[in-house]
Amino acid sequence: MLHIKCPHCGMRSQNEFSYGGDASVKRPELGKDISDQDWNNFVYNRKSLRGKHWELWQHLAGCRQWIKVERDTGSHEIFKTLKAEEEIS
Amino acid sequence: MQKYSVFSLIKNALSNHENWDLAWKDPTPKKEYDVVIIGGGGHGLATAYYLAKEHNITNVAIIEKGWIGGGNVGRNTTIIRSNYMYDENALFSEFGMNLWRKMSQDLNYNVMFSPRGIINLAHSDAQMNVYARRGNSMRLNGIDAVLLNREQVKEIIPMADFSENVRFPIFGGLMQPSAGTARHDAVAWGYARQADSMGVDIIQNCEVIGFDISAGKVNGIRTSRGEIKAKKIGLCVAGSTNILAEKLNMTLPIETHLLQACVSEPVKPVLDNVVTFGAGHFYISQSDKGEMVMGGDLDGYNSYAQRGNLPTLQHVLTEGIAMMPFLSKLKMLRTWGGIMDMSMDGSPIIDKTHIEGLYLNCGWCYGGFKATPASGWTFAHTIAQDRVHELNAGYSLNRFNTGHLLDEKGLGTKTWIS
Repeated sequence: MLHIKCPHCGMRSQNEFSYGGDASVKRPELGKDISDQDWNNFVYNRKSLRGKHWELWQHLAGCRQWIKVERDTGSHEIFKTLKAEEEIS
Repeated sequence: MQKYSVFSLIKNALSNHENWDLAWKDPTPKKEYDVVIIGGGGHGLATAYYLAKEHNITNVAIIEKGWIGGGNVGRNTTIIRSNYMYDENALFSEFGMNLWRKMSQDLNYNVMFSPRGIINLAHSDAQMNVYARRGNSMRLNGIDAVLLNREQVKEIIPMADFSENVRFPIFGGLMQPSAGTARHDAVAWGYARQADSMGVDIIQNCEVIGFDISAGKVNGIRTSRGEIKAKKIGLCVAGSTNILAEKLNMTLPIETHLLQACVSEPVKPVLDNVVTFGAGHFYISQSDKGEMVMGGDLDGYNSYAQRGNLPTLQHVLTEGIAMMPFLSKLKMLRTWGGIMDMSMDGSPIIDKTHIEGLYLNCGWCYGGFKATPASGWTFAHTIAQDRVHELNAGYSLNRFNTGHLLDEKGLGTKTWIS
């Protein structure tokens, strides 16, 4: 089982969290010229590689905050967690 | 090629089974092939077989990083069905059912196809209505479907929980009597043996490192065993699709996720059919050895681990015990995981790409095994003719751009949406 360190609550078991997908995906800005391809990339297309992966999780059965987690998709090792508003460095 | 029959069995029994031919060779890669199929799983092997059989293209190599049949074709729960509502999925799958029915004769290899029927359980009136609609759609496409009421289901699977005070009472179910199971390893080996006998080179322990592409056209691949030129390349790598797409500078509507399955200790025959739980994601059948074969949801996060986590297994088995309480008495024999190419609408992609001579076969989600023959057949057609067949026209890569999604179940990579 994964153990995820919620930046608000501390180390918690995976059971309390819900997964939200790739955290590096950015929604196209409102009011700008957006091509169909931009939307397609935002909604559907994902890199999903083996190795380090920044992803969103929600601490659903805890503080209910969305957080960012850097996890290895091969080994499941978790390197770093951030609050949702913190930028991935 | 040595034909398998009862006579060859007797003959070889007399020499202690020491003189059987190898089922397929272990060739050194040639410098150049007409078609290179990347991925020696069920779909890749089937594609090579149908390229040779239907299109007379035999200068073909299958490039496999590990060993053939070591991926998802050896890790699935062996269910074969065509109980789909959408025309694209129904016609494609039913075409596959017809290939399944004659596969053992076709391949001269016993794939132990067992059309034992699948029952999807319904747990509310609304779900019965949905099943009636799907069943009618299936019948319009020539697929057998029977809507069962509670009493009829009870007659077929009396060991399910039919007591009154349960959270998800059984209202009835939708049955496809012609659905079933097959011996998954035999499917891979049968296709491999026939493809090999027609001249296909099965090259194992050979990793694809990169692609040689110039002027928007494929020239070949770079592998751990040297460069191989190819006029056409087919990608059939399931859970590794994203890794190869990265080498091609492509980003696909695919995420790689982990799906677990498990078997119990073997018990005496108790379950004749494949049964799915309608209030969650759980499916079960009994193998010929007597093991209860079970599976359910994805682990829920991107993963290449090929090894599952316990919370999902516990969740899936809780559903199983809610459906069939006797399962709680069984010991677990084995659990395992495979990595799935989860497409964003839950349906596969079999298509050409923007690179000339490069063809894509991916996005099989939970249903890759049953699609093996139809996928191989249509992918071989797409590669040989350089155009999609009408059976896989709906499985285009472009449908995500145009909005023609095949969201049959509304299930893609997001398990929580179900």
